[in-house]
Amino acid sequence: MATFDTTTRTLVSRAQLSRPGARRFYWICLVTAIIVFALVFLFPLYWLVTSGLKSASEVLQSPPTLVPHNTDFSNFSTAWSELDLGRFIFNTAYYAFGALILQLVFDVAAAYALSKLRLVLGNVVLFGMLATLMIPATVLVIPNYLTAIDVPFVHWDLTNTAWAIWLPSVANGFNIFLLKRFFDSIPQDLMSAAAIDGAGPVRTLWSIVLPMSRPILGVVAIFSTVAVWKDVLWPLLVLTQTSKLTVNTGLINLTGDGIPENILMAALAIASVPTIVFFLIFQRNIMAGLTAGSVKG
Amino acid sequence: MATINVSRARSSGLPPTSVPPRRRPSMSSRIQRNATGYLFLIGAIICFALFSWYPIIRELLLSFQKLNLIGQSEGWDGLQNYRHMLADPNFWSAVRVTGYFTGFALIFGYAVPFVIAVGLNELRHAKSYFRLLVYLPVMMPPVAAAFLWKWFYTPDNSGLFNSVLHDVHLPTSAWLQSPNQAFVVLCMVLFSTWANMGSGVLIYLAALQAIPGELYEAAELDGAGIIKRVWHVTVPQTRLILSLMLLLQIVATAQAFTESLILTGGANNSGTLVYLLYQDATNFNNFGGSTAIGVVLLVVLMLFSGPYLWLSRRGSED
Repeated sequence: MATFDTTTRTLVSRAQLSRPGARRFYWICLVTAIIVFALVFLFPLYWLVTSGLKSASEVLQSPPTLVPHNTDFSNFSTAWSELDLGRFIFNTAYYAFGALILQLVFDVAAAYALSKLRLVLGNVVLFGMLATLMIPATVLVIPNYLTAIDVPFVHWDLTNTAWAIWLPSVANGFNIFLLKRFFDSIPQDLMSAAAIDGAGPVRTLWSIVLPMSRPILGVVAIFSTVAVWKDVLWPLLVLTQTSKLTVNTGLINLTGDGIPENILMAALAIASVPTIVFFLIFQRNIMAGLTAGSVKG
Repeated sequence: MATINVSRARSSGLPPTSVPPRRRPSMSSRIQRNATGYLFLIGAIICFALFSWYPIIRELLLSFQKLNLIGQSEGWDGLQNYRHMLADPNFWSAVRVTGYFTGFALIFGYAVPFVIAVGLNELRHAKSYFRLLVYLPVMMPPVAAAFLWKWFYTPDNSGLFNSVLHDVHLPTSAWLQSPNQAFVVLCMVLFSTWANMGSGVLIYLAALQAIPGELYEAAELDGAGIIKRVWHVTVPQTRLILSLMLLLQIVATAQAFTESLILTGGANNSGTLVYLLYQDATNFNNFGGSTAIGVVLLVVLMLFSGPYLWLSRRGSED
């Protein structure tokens, strides 16, 4: 998607750059940029990890030490075992995975029906779903919370269950928009050919549409996973039992107990590992999805 | 077509079997198609109804009702919730904080990523290094990132920022504990920019790459310097994405919450509107005030997200 073609000309032309003075200036800029980026984006993470290594007195020392005297990971093991971080990470992964599955099943099915099955009132439903894009979920947290503690008609209390995260995640107009736009681009001839061969809608979706849709399914999967991992306000409202907390709300809960800074920093470092690793693995897809989703969407 | 044929067949009193086999399935297949279609839709429709459509209506209705301590309605109450909200000094403080936040974020969170992207686009080396680093903070859990920055902002000299300032003999600062509301919000925005600008930079970079090189070539032949080329080629060529990001940025920053919750805990009047909405519902048991703020935000944000959707639709049709 975002491939950098070095031959494409940008603001400054190659000819301009190859002049001797400009060359040196370019290298100075490049090295400065590399150092500034390292300071701004890597150094805070270095500080996070090394502060987690420091002893309780060293971490509060003024001025702070750049390299920790201490190099054993006892704070990290304390943070891991005593603060129950594993539980929070597991919970979040579980919520994210369920949200991912439900969104893929329900939103893909819905977008497919809206795109290919020419339903009576289909446009009304589509409009209703896309109109929700205008209203950020944040402003609806209170009525949503009241719905989650007492679901209309069935009177279930969803709080402190994974459903409180999963069900609202399906109501995602952006997914419907992305998926429907992609399905719209699949030629109708292909669908007709499948119909002539006797494939029903389910079969067509499974054997023709889905295999073609892998890129967009990847985008939806990544967005949904990251969204659960980054959400703060909603889980703060609906997940209140300590054993149900997510990484974010778990960390908020911990700091009420006045834990020492070095343990806190170790905890923050551990809590950041899953998403950073996820990012390093899916870097290419995440960046491609970002532009696919926003430039046109 | 199909319906007419079927009704003719019916009115002529012919038994269904005598209807030409090509036409009858077309009616029943339409019903079947719709049945299957709505079966496919049902999961999404239920979720949208419960957590998107109904809450919008419910929020509007609740804001005109008297709500008890656990958010149950005790009958209509006219504009009482709104009157209380407008008379609440916390509300006006939150409006100011949110206004500052959005304003500063337009300077930092909006302009800085664009300038960085334009600069990075000129560099021919280490491209993946820059893109990787700028996006790293975006992938941290926001609460972890906020706690880290809260610690950087520690007002005594053990805080990273103050110890650096101290080392170069500059005056240190109370940062988040400063009595100056605008300055505290500025500190929150600096954190927020660090944490979120990765997406902006990457989106701008993708847009910059789509600019045809001939345009720069032509501008250069006409004697346009670098600044002029940025102004007359880069900016017009990325105008759509710039407008989209502007609207998106306003909508996003008007919902700032984690910054208030973690960095300051709302102390010294540093709570945003969403923070007050949360506090009203959870700590003050003031669901009426909470829903009134929700409606205000809903209306204001629609003024920005509406044009955003319109623009992005138009953009994808081009």
